[in-house]
Amino acid sequence: MQKANAAQQPSSNRRPGARLAWIGQGFLLLLAIMVVIILGRNLIDNPELFIQIIISGLQLGFVYALIALGYTMVYGIVKLINFAHGDVFMVGAFVSYYAVARFQLHVWPSAFFPDLDPLVTVTLGSLSVILLSMITCAALAITIERVAYKPLRDAPRIAALITAIGVSFFLEFFGALSFVFSPRFIPYQRPFDVVTWYIKDGIYLVEPGKAPPAGSITFSNILLIIAVASILVQVFLQFLVRKTKIGKAMRAVAFDKPTARLMGINVDAIITTTFAIGAAFAGLGGVLYAIAYSSIWSQLGILPGLKAFVAAVLGGIGSIPGAFIGALIMGQAESLTAGYISTPMRDAIAFTILILVLLVRPTGIFGEPEKEKA
Amino acid sequence: MLLNVQDLNVYYGAIHALQGISFNVNQGEIVTLIGANGAGKSTILRTVSGLLRPRRGAVSFKDQDITTMPAENIVRLGISHVPEGRKIFAPLTVQENLEMGAYTRADKAEIAQNLQRVFQSFSRLKERVNQLGGTLSGGEQQMLAVGRALMAKPTLLLLDEPSMGLSPILVEEIFRIIQEINQQGTSILLVEQNAFMALQVAHRAYVLETGRIVLEGNAAELQKHPKVRAAYLGDTE
Repeated sequence: MQKANAAQQPSSNRRPGARLAWIGQGFLLLLAIMVVIILGRNLIDNPELFIQIIISGLQLGFVYALIALGYTMVYGIVKLINFAHGDVFMVGAFVSYYAVARFQLHVWPSAFFPDLDPLVTVTLGSLSVILLSMITCAALAITIERVAYKPLRDAPRIAALITAIGVSFFLEFFGALSFVFSPRFIPYQRPFDVVTWYIKDGIYLVEPGKAPPAGSITFSNILLIIAVASILVQVFLQFLVRKTKIGKAMRAVAFDKPTARLMGINVDAIITTTFAIGAAFAGLGGVLYAIAYSSIWSQLGILPGLKAFVAAVLGGIGSIPGAFIGALIMGQAESLTAGYISTPMRDAIAFTILILVLLVRPTGIFGEPEKEKA
Repeated sequence: MLLNVQDLNVYYGAIHALQGISFNVNQGEIVTLIGANGAGKSTILRTVSGLLRPRRGAVSFKDQDITTMPAENIVRLGISHVPEGRKIFAPLTVQENLEMGAYTRADKAEIAQNLQRVFQSFSRLKERVNQLGGTLSGGEQQMLAVGRALMAKPTLLLLDEPSMGLSPILVEEIFRIIQEINQQGTSILLVEQNAFMALQVAHRAYVLETGRIVLEGNAAELQKHPKVRAAYLGDTE
């Protein structure tokens, strides 16, 4: 009896809600065990289907990673959840749509250099489309930052957050005007053709117009491109932030703006650069997403944007590797839900994860508790 | 005259923090501003380095008006500010902190040379070059803050409470370093609560009370001034 009392003594000193977190953790553990059991059974029952679902989850996850980076970088430096980021992603998709379907930008190499190898032509053409989208998105983000966020730099954080939601709505509904983008789904013309392979005792090409044999695992060149792009971006950002002068300045600005100014760092320029880099990668993500899922509309950015935001929170907002890991987990969660539970549930799972993270570990996987300002 | 401050008036909201401050720093001097907590010493430094805007008054450096110049440009002219509380970039390594000090400079060879010189003066920093700034002790952080400011190759160094929170041995050490830096040709504007040490190393001094300069003069003479002795040097006579 006395022992029990002694054991309870420290727990009463803990902050309120500590018990709630404990219950949450127990619940989470139970949930994790259930998920593992269900997935394990499915894996044994039908390994091909399981792997197929994992592959489609990877494709989603790598796209989310491209968007999540922008959320996490901007949050890291100005403590703002830039809700317009998902719509910048949508603009990236539409810029590439216009470049390809209206202006045929993707075939320029064959017009100027007809003797080139077709593979080189397609690569060059697609790269220029992607580059155009990235530059446009970066320019858009710089404009948004200068017009909407910079005047609020010293205002309470909630003001900038509400402004971000406003900018997001503006892009969505301005984009819905028929002479801007499109309020309905429109088919997206890819700058290159999809090539699909199937795996069954080796890797074979799926002939156009023919279905792959039953029970085989298929994957496409789009998956490979998305994966390579996403990983390259991750490596590039790590290099930028760790090794370059501007990256170190970004970290200095994120930590302490007045002192960064005393070093001679132009804080506004660094913040603008951060927005631009994040937006360029969202633009890249937008193009790849449109290529992968081949239809677009003006509200294309909302759900991927929100899911990438959840991914950034899950990984620990402000952490670049966290955003990447979080995005991969989100991709899997969504794909597994769609595959084994039901397709509409996949959106619900994203926000369930958000609620669970906020309940159990609000700082996310790699996040550190926010320091109290004296 | 290297730095000339004329009739500086700074407000925090409705609070009139600096009420017409005028002083100057000549080439090669150590000038100290002493005074109690809240007298406005840090406010003066923050205004000189451009973090605060005065409502009235003027600051000129090397005969150039810098009153409304942004802080990041003032550094380029040759004023380095070691802020109160050291303000080390905690998530950056010691090396990266020092590199940030040299942010305005482009000549890599010269920066590397400068880095070696800082490591010579502060050997402890060299041992911890790859450690995160936030993991250093208070004394080491102060060394890093001074080293970081020196990386900008300043003509004028603004030091805000460099002895704060340090052990007596480290205080001696930091004041020795301040004199060394000055002997190598850098002018210093030193803000201190430790008036005793500050008056020993300084050439000239200004005494502040609630936003006004109440006394000024030769540091050695001020050391003997009865008012200074009573208020700041613990003389109870």
